[in-house]
Order: sequence, then C-alpha cells, then structure tokens
Amino acid sequence: MLRDAVLVAGKDLRIEIRSRVTLNQVGPFALAVLLLFGLALGPDRQVLAPASAGLFWIAVLLSTVLAVQRSYAVESADAARDGLRLSGLDPAGIFLGKAGAVAVQLIVLEAGLTIGVALLYGARLSGALVLAAACAAGTLGLAAVGTLYGVVASGLRTRETLLPLLFLPVVAPVLLAATKAWDAALAGTPGRADGWLDVLVVFAVLYIAIGIVAFGPLLEDE
Amino acid sequence: MSRAQFSPPADRAGFALRLLGATALVGVAATVWLGLFVTPPDRFMGNLVRLLYVHPPMAWVAFLAYGVAGLASLLYLWPRTTAPHFDRLAGASAEVGVVFTGLTLVSGSIWGRPTWGAWWVWDPLLTTTALLFVLYLGYLALRRVPGDFHVRARRSAIAALIAFVDVPIVYFSVDWWRSLHQAPTITAGRTYVHGSMAWTLLLGFVSFTLVYIWLMAHRYRLAKLNEFEDAEGLEVALAERRAEAVTG
Amino acid sequence: MAPAVRLHEAVALAGRFPLLAGASLEVAEGEVVHLRGPNGAGKTSVLKVLAGLLEVHSGEATALGRDLVADRRAVRREVGMLGHQSFLYEDLTVEENLRFAIRATKGALAGIGPALEQLGFTGRLASIPLGRCSAGQQRRASLAVLVARGARLWLLDEPHAGLDQEGRDLLDGLLAGSRAAGRTVLFASHEHERAEAIADRVVHLAGGRVVEPAEPVAAPLQVAQQIGQRPGTEAPAHVA
Repeated sequence: MLRDAVLVAGKDLRIEIRSRVTLNQVGPFALAVLLLFGLALGPDRQVLAPASAGLFWIAVLLSTVLAVQRSYAVESADAARDGLRLSGLDPAGIFLGKAGAVAVQLIVLEAGLTIGVALLYGARLSGALVLAAACAAGTLGLAAVGTLYGVVASGLRTRETLLPLLFLPVVAPVLLAATKAWDAALAGTPGRADGWLDVLVVFAVLYIAIGIVAFGPLLEDE
Repeated sequence: MSRAQFSPPADRAGFALRLLGATALVGVAATVWLGLFVTPPDRFMGNLVRLLYVHPPMAWVAFLAYGVAGLASLLYLWPRTTAPHFDRLAGASAEVGVVFTGLTLVSGSIWGRPTWGAWWVWDPLLTTTALLFVLYLGYLALRRVPGDFHVRARRSAIAALIAFVDVPIVYFSVDWWRSLHQAPTITAGRTYVHGSMAWTLLLGFVSFTLVYIWLMAHRYRLAKLNEFEDAEGLEVALAERRAEAVTG
Repeated sequence: MAPAVRLHEAVALAGRFPLLAGASLEVAEGEVVHLRGPNGAGKTSVLKVLAGLLEVHSGEATALGRDLVADRRAVRREVGMLGHQSFLYEDLTVEENLRFAIRATKGALAGIGPALEQLGFTGRLASIPLGRCSAGQQRRASLAVLVARGARLWLLDEPHAGLDQEGRDLLDGLLAGSRAAGRTVLFASHEHERAEAIADRVVHLAGGRVVEPAEPVAAPLQVAQQIGQRPGTEAPAHVA
C-alpha cells in the first residue's frame, strides 16, 4: 500500500512540476481571495489584522477544492476512474498518494499565503511553531476529505458543483480549529492553541483512516 | 451478489399507518392548542416560552433522523448484505430530517430575535444544526445523481458516514469555541418547567416523533414503489435490447 | 484446455439500460478474435466486462481462469486494455508513463526498453511529454504499455483508429505474433478488411448479445444471407 502511495504521489507531483498548474492557477486564485477579502473588509488594518487567521484558512479551504479538482482532472479526463482501476494499484495506496500530493501542494501554497497575510493584513507572525503545526495537521485533514469526496464527484457530471457542496461543510471543524490555533499564535499566546491542535490531529487521523477504507469501494462505483 | 427481488407493496396505506397519521395529527394539534392557549406564560420569557413546546421536539427529530440515516447507512455497508431496505431507510430519513432541520433553524431564529435582539446567534446547538442542514442537502444532492441502485446506495452510504462522523466534531468544536467567548446560549437561562408545561412538552416530543415515523413510512413506501417500477423497467429494457439484434 | 475467455448469458447494466443482454462467448488461449457489430451493439461492453471494469449482473464470466462475477479486480493486472481514450498522462514522457504503468503492476522494468523499440520510440521521441506527441504517437504509446506489461489478454477497442500507416503495420505485426507470444486478443474494429486479415475468427454482436455462434471468418455476403434466412427476421438483412 505505501509503495503504491509513494508511486502515485510521485507521479502527481511530477505532473505538477511539469505543468505547474497549481502554481500558476491555484496560487494566484488564493492570492486573489486574500485581495478580495481585503477589499470587502478593509482597508482598516485594525479590522483586517485580527481577522487574518480566519481569512487565511478560508483561502486555504477554497484552494483545496481547486487542488482536488485538478488532482482528478489529470487522470485522463472522463476515463479517470477506469485508468486508476486498470492500473492494478492498491486503492488505499492511490488514496494516500493523491491526498499526499494535494497536501504537499497546499503546504507550498500556505507558505505563500502566510507571507501574503503578513503583507496585506499586517498580521504579526509570532508563534511560528504553532502556525506550522496547525498548517500541517489541518492540511492533512483537508487533503484527506478532499481526495475522498473528489473520487465520489469525479465520476459524475455535476462534479464541479457537487464537490464544494460536499466538501466545505464537512471541513468546518478544521476551519474553526485552525483559525483558533492561528489566532492564539498570532496574538502571542501560543499555549492556548494546544486543544485546537489536538482537534486538528484527531480530524486528520480520523479521515485518513476513513479514506484508506472507503476509497476502494468508492472508486469501484461505475 | 444477489439482487433483491422486489415484490410490489400495497398501493394504499394500511390501516395501521392511517391510524398512526391520525394520532400524530391529533397530538400535534393538541400540542399547539395547549401551548398557545392553556399553558401559562413563563415568568422570565413570557409568551416566548410557547416555542419551547415546538422547537426542541423539532430539533430532536432532526437529530433522530440524522442518527437513523447514519445507522442505516452503516448497516447497509457493514454486514455486506447490501439490503435495499437500509438504503431506502437512509434516504427517507434524510429527506424528513432536512425538513425538520429547516424548521428547527427557523423556530430557533424566531426565539432568538426577541431574546437577544438578533435573528441568529452562534449557539453551539444552533450552529451544529445549521451545518447539519447543509450536510443533509449535500447528501440529498448526491442521492439524486442517477445510476444503478446499488452503486448509488453504496456511494451515498459512504458519503453519509463521512458526514455523520463529522457532526460530533463540529458540535464539540463550536461548543468549545463559544465557551471561550461567554456568549449567550439557548440553554442558558433555563426556565423551570413544571405542571402543564411539562406535560405539553412531553406531548410535543411524542407527537413530533410520531409525525416523523409516519412521514418515514410513507417515504419508504414511495421508494419501494419506485424501485419496483425500475425493476420492471429492466425486464422491458432487456427485451427491447434483444430485439435490436433481430430488427437491427 | 480451459478457454482464456468465457461468457455465458452475461448481462451487464448501466443504470437501467442493459449494455449486454445475455452474451455468450468462448475464446481459446492464443486466439485473435475480431468483434464486429453496429454502434451500440455492446462490443465495448464485452471488453470492459473482461477487463473487470463492468459488473456482471447475471450470468457467468471468466477471464484467464478468474471468475469475474466473484471478484473482478483480480484480473486487472493480467489484462491489457486499449480504450477510446488513453489512460496515460499528458505531462509525462512516454518513458515515464511506461515506467509508472509497469511499476504499478509490479512488472519488470526491463521490459520497457524493448517495448519502446518495438513501437518505434527511439532516441528523443521517448523523452517528449506525451501531450506534445501526435495522436498517432499517443496511441502507439498506449500499445507500448500493453507490450511492456506483458499482459496475457489484450482487449482493444478500435485499435486502428488514430494510428498512422506505420502504426497500423506495427499493430498488425503485434497481433499476428500473438499466438507465438501466448497472448489472447479480442478487438473491436470497424476496419473490416484489415481486421479479417489478422483475426482467427469473427464474433458478431448486436443488441447486447452474440448473434450467431462464433465461426471461422465468412465473407460478408454469406453472413448477410445467413441472417436473412433465420426465421422471424425481416429482409433485407443489414451487414453487421
């Protein structure tokens, strides 16, 4: 299973390096989201800076939807699932590989967004360890749920609208916990983030486990 | 894997079902009458307390339906029987559940307006209910995608469980979030329920549960009828397909 | 000797629509079989069932000795399928695609070199991203995957489509060498002359069923007369 996961993740990341779609499209999209939030809520930094954490994570959530859609779009369009099923790969491995590749891309995105939030909203980046931990745990949870719902939606004609509808409500706890953890870190009180980080870790572990079990059956459905 | 053989259910609701419906209707009517006219206004909340007879029962049904849908989805998948009645149960429960969830949100909002001056407060229970509403809608959207019965059933069941597991996490997170801010919750300022109020409340819970069961029974029957129609259609389709070979 | 492929009254559904309405077919090991039939007759469905992609609703289906009704996943590693769309990745080179496909099936990486050579991917051609290759080259890349995987059963859906002349000759050569390589091939094609030159026999499909017992190749006119003579059919018969 793990070998297949590494193989699939490597393949997805190599495709990304070649095509640079996430970098060229999802990145600017995330940046645009930050800018639009700034327009909507700003320009007073007194308003924006405290809201940085929440706006950051909303941008991440929306970017996850795009990243997941891209992850499945590379699988030869309409024949996506056929190709994956014929490949002879272990479905749990495919899940971990795809989710892993999405997670890596998101982390890179988050690095950029962090800088963006500091620049645009005037957030003071303190508590770096907590910021990073929240990103790591939160991203894993997002990638897992996204990849799971992504395979459900990939075979359907209404996939573009169905995926956000299914995905976003379920990851609401990630948004909440990650925002709170970031709030604590940015406010200079990283100790208060502990419980929220626990929530993120539990969520990630839970949905990675669900994904390993459920991905195979979901892939099979014609 | 064997396909369930569908036998056509009775076209008209049985006597027991109609009795149930009548009872439920009477119960709800009684609750409303008692709630509006007979029970006294509360010392603190005044006439607003009358919503108490309706809102918690509706919330209860919303979450009961959610629980039933989740359990049915699990049972559909787990012993690998893929029995169709579990899928029908899950779908029916979700449809009834979403209606009650909507009603809960509306009644909660109505209660909140005079109490806290806002149409919406981020109370843990209300927020979780709102999220439940959206999760229901997503699940129902997924069920509406056409396809083979068992394919759709399995896909919906897995999606239901993914969402089912999420709700406790949501509630816990929001609850903790709120406790950090010491904001008003619906459960704060609990009023002392006694006498006729207690009975009316109990009646409310019971009658709304009966309504749920009655709606479920009908929706379930409807689902069964639909499937029977589909199964018949398959025989026709098979015959037509084979005829292609002859007539080209 | 057990047949490589066996279908008996197999029914396969897409929702309510029966793709296959009771197809029966037997193919011995090493045979090259041409599937013929009008559009929508079920040729692609037969191939997908044998690849383990399509579920069999009722009836029997086995491929390479594996029961497809009980478990259709097991057969996928041993089967090679060529569909209408390629299952390859546009952003990867031919060689990288092959490498991924081979490692996915836990096959021998050593088979990649010979496969590339056999399909004419020499020199720089193997290192271009697939998306930049011509349609014919992409098709040939898919064939290279089949060769490199060493699958014992090939299921080809319109393999000649999109191939240039050189590609077609390569394909015909591969198909001709199947029996020697111990490979069973089923392919669906509308190019009848070419197909009948290389196929051991022809199977006709219509309405989701095999409409006449699989026989040695008959001239199209004879087939039409046979259909016309069957009781209960109307004239004029079409040539499938």
